[in-house]
Amino acid sequence: MKQRKLKKLASIFLASSVLVGALAGCGTSTSGGNSVSDDSDTIKIGANLELSGNVASYGSSIGDGATLAVEEINAKGGINGKKIELIKVDNKSENSEATSAAIRLAEKEKVVAMIGPATSGNTVATVSIAEKYKVPVVTASGTAPNVTENKDGKINDYAFRTCFIDPFQGTVAANFATGELGAKNVAIYADNASDYAKGLAASFKETILANGGKVVAEEAYVAKDVDFKATLTKIKSANPDFVFIPGYYEEVGLIVKQARELGITVPLMGADGWDSPTLVDLAGGDALNNTYITNHYSSEDPDATIQEFVKAFKAKYNEAPNAFHALGYDTVYFLKDAIERSGDTITSVGIKNALAETKDLSLITGTFTVDKKHNPVKSATVLEFKNGSQVFNSKVNP
Amino acid sequence: MEWIQQLVNGISLGSIYALIALGYTMVYGIIKLINFAHGDVFMLGAFIGFYAIVRWDMHFILALLLAMVLCAVIGVIIERVAYKRLRNATRIAALITAIGVSLLIEYTVIFFRVRGASPEAYPEVLKNKTIDILGVQISTQSIFILTVSIVLMVLLQFIVHQTKIGKAMRAVSHDADAARLMGINVDNTISATFAIGSALAGAAGVIFGIYYTRIDPLMGILPGLKAFVAAVLGGIGIIPGAMVGGLVLGVVETVVSALGYSLWRDAAAFVILIFILILRPAGIFGKNTREKV
Amino acid sequence: MKKSKVFWGYAVIALVLYVVVQVLISTGALNLYYQNMLITMCINIMLAVSLHIVIGITGQFSIGHAGFLAVGAYISGIFTMNLGMPFPIAILAGSAVAMLAGLLVGIPTLRLKGDYLAIATLGFAEIIRIIFLNIDYVGGAAGMLVDYQTNWTYAFVGVAITILVISNFTNSRHGRACISIREDEIAADSMGINTTYYKVVAFAIGSFFAGLAGAIYAHNFYFIQPTTFGFLKSFDILIIVVLGGLGSLSGSVIAAIFLTIVSTYLQGFPETRMIIYSLVLILVMLYRPTGLMGTKEMTDLFKFSKKGVTKA
Repeated sequence: MKQRKLKKLASIFLASSVLVGALAGCGTSTSGGNSVSDDSDTIKIGANLELSGNVASYGSSIGDGATLAVEEINAKGGINGKKIELIKVDNKSENSEATSAAIRLAEKEKVVAMIGPATSGNTVATVSIAEKYKVPVVTASGTAPNVTENKDGKINDYAFRTCFIDPFQGTVAANFATGELGAKNVAIYADNASDYAKGLAASFKETILANGGKVVAEEAYVAKDVDFKATLTKIKSANPDFVFIPGYYEEVGLIVKQARELGITVPLMGADGWDSPTLVDLAGGDALNNTYITNHYSSEDPDATIQEFVKAFKAKYNEAPNAFHALGYDTVYFLKDAIERSGDTITSVGIKNALAETKDLSLITGTFTVDKKHNPVKSATVLEFKNGSQVFNSKVNP
Repeated sequence: MEWIQQLVNGISLGSIYALIALGYTMVYGIIKLINFAHGDVFMLGAFIGFYAIVRWDMHFILALLLAMVLCAVIGVIIERVAYKRLRNATRIAALITAIGVSLLIEYTVIFFRVRGASPEAYPEVLKNKTIDILGVQISTQSIFILTVSIVLMVLLQFIVHQTKIGKAMRAVSHDADAARLMGINVDNTISATFAIGSALAGAAGVIFGIYYTRIDPLMGILPGLKAFVAAVLGGIGIIPGAMVGGLVLGVVETVVSALGYSLWRDAAAFVILIFILILRPAGIFGKNTREKV
Repeated sequence: MKKSKVFWGYAVIALVLYVVVQVLISTGALNLYYQNMLITMCINIMLAVSLHIVIGITGQFSIGHAGFLAVGAYISGIFTMNLGMPFPIAILAGSAVAMLAGLLVGIPTLRLKGDYLAIATLGFAEIIRIIFLNIDYVGGAAGMLVDYQTNWTYAFVGVAITILVISNFTNSRHGRACISIREDEIAADSMGINTTYYKVVAFAIGSFFAGLAGAIYAHNFYFIQPTTFGFLKSFDILIIVVLGGLGSLSGSVIAAIFLTIVSTYLQGFPETRMIIYSLVLILVMLYRPTGLMGTKEMTDLFKFSKKGVTKA
């Protein structure tokens, strides 16, 4: 008797759960975006950063730059009288955590904008969340095109970036190599773990071939590695007269040093990932002679606004700011400009619209306008290393 | 020409693995524990050396000795606090604790450093001259590393085979209970083993910093694992084996890169490991022990 | 009759749980943030339980579980994104290939013991990860975009099937054979139990469900890349199993739930998260190495049947 009763109970539950399951399919939660109420005096901006894990140094640098900017803005009275509250969440350099962090920021903290992860890969993971919650995400350093434009050509409405994209830098470098330096046979040694480096290498190669040059060696290295001599020996034996090394300073510093030790004396070139005082510490000023980079900015640029930023940064953090610090700083000001233009009531949707309309905004890393693909159109600078310092070589406009 | 250069590259890399492997092999030989924290002691040695050279203007040899001494102390502390209690627990508990200690050291260093996880660069303390022999570039630093590694290995062999404490170490690794019955203080012997092993790791850390310049808090994980592979390759518990294993691993990795498969380099260590464990688990110098029922 | 009563009892509890959460989600009471946490919990439970059968029940020291997670994730991702298959088929495919990978890894390495087996499995997981890192078809280092297809239903069904199969396996004679291998392999061998067969079977089951978890995982986080599946991930799973108690299925479940919550709340304390995590780990290992539940199960605490199977 008991068994029959139990079975009856079970079947009722089964039926009701099927019903509920069917209903579940109908319910989707749509959010209209977050907003700042008029009587609130804080604007919450989220920062979804790699504060631990593989690329913790990039995430922390962006975080530090952003914090400085927020402090500056708040000291001057904030935006429309409201102070900015920067809420940092660690995504452990993992895309699953980046997604969770984005959800947390949008859902729980109800931020009106998010400063995105440092790497393109992690940013891509948060774009769908941004769309779902209608909160814009701005990555300071995610340079891969697929952050703002997916493979079908559709633009991700809520994704933005402060940096230029890979294809531009690669082309600039290639033209410099064949034009200025007259190189004919080039070698490419790229970081295989980053879309950034791969994108740069691809656009560099394309332009070199279009300019009539030859790629005599194409190698890849693994991030976090310290010994590159085996591959460098291989590159040397291919006899290039120019080597393009797109990647980040942590490895590049060692690559340049070891390349010189092995007797590779030809010009070496890279992109903004080289920019850091640590690069000079790792490679040594001598090894860096006869190397070039394309960059957003240089901490040695005598421009008054830049030097003011450098001074403020040094005062707070006791070190000279690198490109990631500058980009983090600029991202906050990029958002500030958009928030100011977005209207009397600050909403995340309003900010998104204002970001897309940004025009001729003057920041540390250059003056820019946001194009239709949500990418900033800004100029790049080519710099040469002389005795460990970056010396201005030329400016290239898009 | 290129191949000789690659061989030189491989031996330099292998010497560093050998130094770390020596510590691994000693600890495993005596308490059968894979000390995951060993790679992090290596990292601590590198940082101690860095601060000694940069903040206190120490000569690098002194910094090396300081790092060795401090790492020996750290090794003993880790053993006493974390591993001693687990000597009779399941192996997996000891392994998990080792992992916990490893993570704790790494993230505590990141937490307390102003620069967090960012790397540091060793200043140039040993002028690196490149000697050109028949088109092959050998740097003086490579020669330095190889020399130091050999000196330390010889020293270690001397300690293990010619001193009383060495005899105690060999006895305890053979049969701890019997050793205790013979009046050997097993606890102190184990601590001494940890001390020596950690000192070697610390030395490896400073040398790594001088040679490869870049150090960061997470630098110990992969070299630690690879050094373990090297120790197994040479025969776990056998000191010359760790040396040979390290050199072989370094050369193999370099050859893999030279052939154009540099992205598979890290896999090379693990592939070697699996082959060795399946074909000859005792390693190059090991003896096959039969399991008695 | 008693056994089926126990089974129906659990089935009812499971249904109630499912329905309650589903209702909460549909009415919007549980927002995406908590939904995500629940689904992550389910994934962690699946991973912990699948590892539990390898380490806890059969005593095989495997710390490369993230490799099978990776296989499940990538294969299912390929099926949905590149081959356009429906999600359930992709899940099955991912799990099946993960099981194959388990066989490939298990057969050569299961002759090793203790620490050597541990490092060998770790090595294999690293090799799997490096393979995916170097295949451009799945995006290589840049990773692969995967549509969002997971929801509470899939996750819950996954967990239910995992727990059902593994607990039934454990209570069968096959499970008892595995336990005997854990206790004393040589004795089991001499009693006529085919130790190699059972070790491989346990390994295969464990990797199948890890693959299942991988498929659910991939379709929940929009994006997968090889760095996610490194040895730190294997340790994450290992920590859950050990904390819960080796040999206790309910212990693994409880620990999975607990550690997911802890990990999610520590996300707000980025700098100290890892320190707290590792300290907790060490302290638990030092003061209670058998974990929370040892080898006991939750069912031992409830007297559902007078004659209980006592576990050592």
